[in-house]
Amino acid sequence: MSTFAKKYVKLRKRNAAIAWEKARRNRVCYLFLLPYAILFFTFFILPMITSIFYSFTYYNILEPARFIGLQNYINLILQDDVFLTAVKNTFLIAVITGPVGYILSFGFAWFIHELPRWIRTFAVLIFYAPSISGNAYSVFQIIFRGDSYGWFNAVLMHLGIIKTPELWLTNPATIMPVLIFVILWMSMSTGFLAFVAGLQGIDRSQYEAGYVDGIRNRWQELYYITLPNMKPMLLFGAVMAITQSFNVADVPMALAGFPSTDYAAHTVVVHLFDYGYTRFEMGYASAIATLLFLVMILCNKLIQNALRRVGT
Amino acid sequence: MSMTTQANGHRMKAVNGRKRRPNRSVLGDLGVWLLLIIVAIIMALPLVLAISNALKPLNELFRFPPTVFPIHPTLTNFSDLMVTMGQSWVPFTRYLANTVWITLLGTAGHLLIASMAAFVLAKYDFPGGRTFFNIVVVALMFNGYVTAVPNFITMSKLHLIDTIWAVVLPAIASPMGLFLMKQFMEGLPFSLIESAKLDGAREFRIFWSIVMPNVKPAWLTLIIFSVQGLWNNRASAVIYSEGKKTLTYALQQIQAGGVARTGQAAAVIVVIMIVPIVTFILSQSQILETMASSGLKD
Repeated sequence: MSTFAKKYVKLRKRNAAIAWEKARRNRVCYLFLLPYAILFFTFFILPMITSIFYSFTYYNILEPARFIGLQNYINLILQDDVFLTAVKNTFLIAVITGPVGYILSFGFAWFIHELPRWIRTFAVLIFYAPSISGNAYSVFQIIFRGDSYGWFNAVLMHLGIIKTPELWLTNPATIMPVLIFVILWMSMSTGFLAFVAGLQGIDRSQYEAGYVDGIRNRWQELYYITLPNMKPMLLFGAVMAITQSFNVADVPMALAGFPSTDYAAHTVVVHLFDYGYTRFEMGYASAIATLLFLVMILCNKLIQNALRRVGT
Repeated sequence: MSMTTQANGHRMKAVNGRKRRPNRSVLGDLGVWLLLIIVAIIMALPLVLAISNALKPLNELFRFPPTVFPIHPTLTNFSDLMVTMGQSWVPFTRYLANTVWITLLGTAGHLLIASMAAFVLAKYDFPGGRTFFNIVVVALMFNGYVTAVPNFITMSKLHLIDTIWAVVLPAIASPMGLFLMKQFMEGLPFSLIESAKLDGAREFRIFWSIVMPNVKPAWLTLIIFSVQGLWNNRASAVIYSEGKKTLTYALQQIQAGGVARTGQAAAVIVVIMIVPIVTFILSQSQILETMASSGLKD
């Protein structure tokens, strides 16, 4: 047993010595990293750790935080029915808008990439338009208004499909489809632009070699040349898609109201906002954020593993 | 994949010819065009509405049912906005200068500092590098609402509150930019860096004159994100002196001035969008046009 321990210690020492030697040889790397690391730690890691700490406390922003152990988490999972509704809604939104938005972003970036040069910038601008001004989604308040002045109602009534105006944003049955549509409409954002830029960097000669090697249609070209070359951007886009689809809050709050009818548009982040900024229960809100964070990390892990296999 | 060579002389000619790629069917191209046009119409909606609303006279803004395009287009909303801005207590140019400063400093700092970090994370193998990168990616996912309070406390301890640095410094360290740059740098061949090293180039030179020019689409994209974020930043939580406030904040105060200002409010939306859109068009056309010929892979 003791020989084993000795061996282990020796091994660890050796590994540490190798790492130290490597670090010493690459010390200029740390210099490059330092300015970013300092700012990143101060404005991102420190608040994150503090928030996770708050999740184990009762904290109302005014009084000092009081440690209460796992109480927030217990209440959240066992007693908060609204939270469970929020979880259900968030999963529904994330499962649909995450993958579909991701595929649409890539698909349209790819289609636009094939357009003649003179129209490409304009096409990218049009597709990115919903993301260019922060709250463009508020147009949908006019479009889906509940009275006959709402455009969607007006069109449907004009065509004789419905007789009386439909309360699209108040009726629990129609809120979700409308929301999902609006979120998908906004999904050509960060990932989309990264795809556009990434497609531009692929070496032309690979495509030409592909023609010679007998790639017959656009799908083969996509699978054998484009996707493997786009792997780093695909990973980036996936993380952004996860972040955006799980963090949906502004759109439901603006369109369906806050709170929405029967909590039909209540997402986890809306719930978090409710506790953090209307009830000032920051501890509870932090617990929600921490749980959501863990789920997103897990989801990210699964997707990254799947994406590594693309094109191999 | 069946690698049997299908390329005959006719196809090869098409490769050398101008546009048409040999492996695209006409029907498929038509389908793509049709799909793009239909979706583009839906996507363009907010821009079209915002611009046409700003061109409507007041009575048309309140018309029921609302019209998509103005019947009698006018620029009165913009001239009214000029008058209101001219009357503000703090000179209007001050707000503009504040926002321009924030946007310039934040974007330039972010571009330089995040790219430097991304460069070593992508191209060097050093202890702690991978872990650091994983932390950056994971940090993207933590919700911003709950970190706002601890962040405010940190900033007030550092005496950053009510200075533009409260907006600029966090923007410089934004994880998304580092992630984006690192992903693009990863694709550069190692041979490129090795040969520069053999030529005696130091790390900063490799970074600045070899790596950065080769990831131009990446940093042009980063500039779009950064400018868009900072230009629209109201900064109302961390800046409260009137003379230090941002343009967006001042314009939104005009916008919130009640029903009488509906026309001006519509003009404000367009005015705020101008700078992000111009940045967008400039960098996109750079990305899409100048890079088309280059290609660096090993």
